[in-house]
Amino acid sequence: MGRMDGKVALITGAARGQGRAHAVRLAQEGADIIAVDSCAQLPSVPYPLATKDDLDETARLVESVGRRVVTAVADVRDPSALREAIDDGVARLGRLDSVIANAGIVTFALGHDMSDELWQDMIDVNLTGVFHTCRAGVPHLMAAGGGSIVLTSSMMGLKAGKNVAHYAASKHGVMGYMKGLARDLAPHKIRVNCVNPGSVGSPMLLNQYVYDSFCPDVSDPGPSDLGEVLGPWQELDIPWVEPEDVTAAVLFLCSDEARYITGIALPVDGGTMLQ
Amino acid sequence: MSRFTGKVALITGAARGQGRSHAVRLAAEGADIIAVDHCQDLGSVPYPLASTADLDETARLVRETGRRVVASVADVRDFAQLSAAVDAGVTELGRLDIVVANAGIFSVGDAVSLSEEAWDDMIDINLTGVWKTAKAAIPHLRTTGDGGSIINIGSTASSRPYVGLPHYVAAKHGVIGLTKALAKELAPEMIRVNAVLPTNVDTDMIQNEATYKLFLPDLEAPTRDDFALPARDLQEMPRSWIEVGDVSAAVLFLASSESRYITGAALPVDLGALLK
Repeated sequence: MGRMDGKVALITGAARGQGRAHAVRLAQEGADIIAVDSCAQLPSVPYPLATKDDLDETARLVESVGRRVVTAVADVRDPSALREAIDDGVARLGRLDSVIANAGIVTFALGHDMSDELWQDMIDVNLTGVFHTCRAGVPHLMAAGGGSIVLTSSMMGLKAGKNVAHYAASKHGVMGYMKGLARDLAPHKIRVNCVNPGSVGSPMLLNQYVYDSFCPDVSDPGPSDLGEVLGPWQELDIPWVEPEDVTAAVLFLCSDEARYITGIALPVDGGTMLQ
Repeated sequence: MSRFTGKVALITGAARGQGRSHAVRLAAEGADIIAVDHCQDLGSVPYPLASTADLDETARLVRETGRRVVASVADVRDFAQLSAAVDAGVTELGRLDIVVANAGIFSVGDAVSLSEEAWDDMIDINLTGVWKTAKAAIPHLRTTGDGGSIINIGSTASSRPYVGLPHYVAAKHGVIGLTKALAKELAPEMIRVNAVLPTNVDTDMIQNEATYKLFLPDLEAPTRDDFALPARDLQEMPRSWIEVGDVSAAVLFLASSESRYITGAALPVDLGALLK
């Protein structure tokens, strides 16, 4: 017996990292999956974004646990392409119960000295992309008679760090949107919550751009150098959390175990918020 | 599903209500249980508190799942009594992994009319009792050496005020501060400390005449059905209260390894009450 038996879940940014972990675990718990990813590089993002091969691998992993999957290459910045992908997925899988708005990017720059492009891509993907995802998904949740929406915010949706003012603005924005949407949808039995991960050991973090940004004094820095910098951010003795830890929180919020939980921020951060 | 096979959980206020639900659910997923309750009425509390018969029933329900239970009558205000009960449970069951500081009372009164006794009892049980529970349990979590998870039961009143409950609001806000401080103190040992913040839960603690009168002062003899209307207005989702099992689901998530890197968090189970 799975905690998501008979359900269909939409996941954006599903090609790899946290999105892939959510897709595979929800499938293991019985859900069919609509997996969306842009699978394209953004000029303002200096680390490699996911590819179509990554998305195909997510699909293979979902199918390997015996569930159905519909994949779509769609950019959360493009509302019509996104709506088409979601409508098509729901038409093929029959319903929609959970929306997991996970697609996101990170870049680093001073808040008073960044290009229009860097700012705009961040807001467009991390905040407006969440709005596009929910706007296209909610009619299907209403048709199913209720559902659960989980937005991936961040510890940077609750506080801020240096060189991430645009990222913090986008993730704080997600928190505000979550609270407003939760109030709008409570009468419709649709719950809306955020997970707020700390540093997560996914390709968004484990790449040369992040190593170089956080370890400027190390020549040819790697994951262990990054771990030494990021470890002290947590109160628990860990360098970062794993995608699967965020997935466990997402699954809890999507499941009936959280049937009366709405409007909350659930940190998965090793105690970062205690600092 | 057995998320807690081989684990031992301590639960205060275990005789009935939320505490009983946590005990039975944890046992159903494999944990042995140390169940503690005061089992006595209090002068400042305007509804009957749990009895030893209630605590016996919790113990019976735990045994019915096939797990072991050590049930003790102890007051969370009395550290010597409480620590003796915890020590006895750990001696018999061999270890301690999970602590649910659940014991709590409810009474009503504005800041001026509230008696000193009602204030003191509230702070002593709902706040200091949580600290004493941690103080009694932490040495055993350390000895077990397998991390551990402490879950303190706060309330939506941990994050926002309500009129007519200054002592309850103060105590439950205090629980959040204590939770964060304990989380920071114990993180190096991988012992996690989190809080659950329920809204109205359908138990004897709120289903009583004193609570009904707080919300419906103009009614001669308000009933559960009368209370359902103002109770519903406290939340965004169209329900008056949640069930004990909804709080247990959150407690079990925080007690399990699924939340292995979550510490210092406050998890509302509140039908969206804190959005208001």
